[in-house]
Amino acid sequence: MKLAGSLLLLAGWGIVVSSLPLLPSLRMRAAFVLAGMAVELVGLSLVARSHLVPKG
Amino acid sequence: MAAPSSLSETSAALCVVLILLVPLAGAGLALINTGLARSRSAAHVMLASLCVFAVAAIVYIMFGFSWQGAPGRPAHVLTIGGKAWNWIAAEPIFLRGLRLDLSPASLVLLLQMFSVGLAAMVPLGAGAERWRLRALSASTIVLAGWSYPLFGHWALSGGWLSQLGSIYGLGQGYVDGGAGTIQVMGGLSALSIAWTLGPRRGKYSSNREPAAIPAHNIVLVLIGCLLALVGWLGLNSASAILFNRSEPSAVVLIAVNTTLSAAASGLAAAIVTSLRFGRPDASLVANGWMAGLVAGSAAAAFLKPPAAVLTGLVAGALVVFAIDLLEFRLTIDDPGGAISVHAIAGLWGLLSVALLSDAGGGSSGQWLAQLVGIATLLGLMLPLTHGLNSLIDRVYPHRVDAEGEWQGMDIHELGASAYPEFVVHSDEFTQH
Repeated sequence: MKLAGSLLLLAGWGIVVSSLPLLPSLRMRAAFVLAGMAVELVGLSLVARSHLVPKG
Repeated sequence: MAAPSSLSETSAALCVVLILLVPLAGAGLALINTGLARSRSAAHVMLASLCVFAVAAIVYIMFGFSWQGAPGRPAHVLTIGGKAWNWIAAEPIFLRGLRLDLSPASLVLLLQMFSVGLAAMVPLGAGAERWRLRALSASTIVLAGWSYPLFGHWALSGGWLSQLGSIYGLGQGYVDGGAGTIQVMGGLSALSIAWTLGPRRGKYSSNREPAAIPAHNIVLVLIGCLLALVGWLGLNSASAILFNRSEPSAVVLIAVNTTLSAAASGLAAAIVTSLRFGRPDASLVANGWMAGLVAGSAAAAFLKPPAAVLTGLVAGALVVFAIDLLEFRLTIDDPGGAISVHAIAGLWGLLSVALLSDAGGGSSGQWLAQLVGIATLLGLMLPLTHGLNSLIDRVYPHRVDAEGEWQGMDIHELGASAYPEFVVHSDEFTQH
C-alpha cells in the first residue's frame, strides 16, 4: 500500500506537470491540475493508512 | 521571478542586517522543540538542533548551492514543447568562482545557508526523543545537499516554477516567500521522519488511543516563539528584497504583516482551545503562533494588513484541528507539532497568496501557479524525501532501541542528562 501510494503521488504530479506544455487553455490546464492533485490525495491517503499504528 | 541584478549599497546593507537576524528563527525553533519534548531528552534535542544546523550549512556550501544557485546565474535548461524549463543550477561546488561580496548572488547564498539550516531543524520536532543523532545528521545531508536545493532552485532561484508566469502566463509564476522551500519542505520531511520512526513508546494504547505526553518546559517554548518572530522578520524581509525585487521600504509592510499574522494565529489558537477545552492550551497557542509566522511567510510582501490578520486567524484555527487529526485519526506522533505547523500551515500560506493577496494581479493563473507548486511539494518532494529517509533507515536505523528511549536520549546518546539533579523518569501519562 505504501508503494502504491507513493506511485500515485508521483503519477499525480506527472499529470499536473504534463498539463502545462500539452494543454493550450487555462481552463483545461486547471482541470488537469485539479485531477492530478486528486490522484495525489488518493496516494497520500494510502501512504497514511499504511503507517497507522496497528490495533491490538 | 528574478533577483535584482544589482543592489544599491543601502539595500545590500539592509539585506545583510536582515539576513543576520535569521538564525534567531532557528534559535526559537530549537527552544520550542526542546521545551515540547520530555526532560529526559532535552539536551539531545538542543544538541541535535545545533548539529543539523552545522551539517546543513556545511553540506549546502559544499554542494547544495551548486544545485540551487541564484536567480540569473548559470543553469541547465530543458526544452519542452518549445519552452525552456530551467530545472537545476550549474554552479561549481565549494562556491568556486563566487565572490562573497555584497552581490545579490552572495546574499542569496547567505540567506539560503541559514534557511536550509532552519528547514533541517523542523523535522526534529517530529522525531524528538527517539531519533538517533547520526541518523538525523544523515537525513540532514540529504535534505540540505539535494532535496532543499532542488526545490529551492525551482521556486526561488529562477527555476521553472518561478517562471510559470513568463512561460505559461500563470500570474507572476509560483510565489513561495520561503513558505514552500523552508516550511513545507521541512514539514514534509517531518512527516517522513514521523512515519519512519513510529510513535514514542507508550504513546498509543492497543486501541490507538493516544496518551498525552506533556511538554517538560512550556516557558522555553513560549520564549522560543518570541525569538522566532525576530528571525522571521529578517527572513521574510530579506527574501522579499532578494527574490521579489521588493524595495527596502517594503520592509515595513512585511514586518507589520509578519507580526499581525503571528499575533492573529496565536490568538485564534487560544480562542479555539478555550472553547474546546475550557481554557487556553499553552503549547497549542505556541504552535498557533508559529503557524502564523509560517503561513504569513508566503505572501508577507503582497498582503494588506487586514488580509495578514485573516491569514493568521485561519492558520491558528487550522493548526489546532490539524494536530488533533494527525494525533488521533492518523496515529502520527509529532511531539513538536512540526507537521501541522510547518507543512499544513505552510500549504495554507501558499494558497493565501492567490486567495488574499494581489500577487499576479489576483488572476486565476496565479491560483494555478500556486496549485502546481503545492502539487510538486506533495507529489514529488514528499515521496522523494520519504524514499531517501527509508533508504537511510535500511543502512543505519533512525530509531533508538527501546531501552535507550526509556532511559532518555540524553543519557543514552550523550551520557549526561540535561537536568542531572532531578529524577526524570515517570511512565504515568495523563490519559485523554
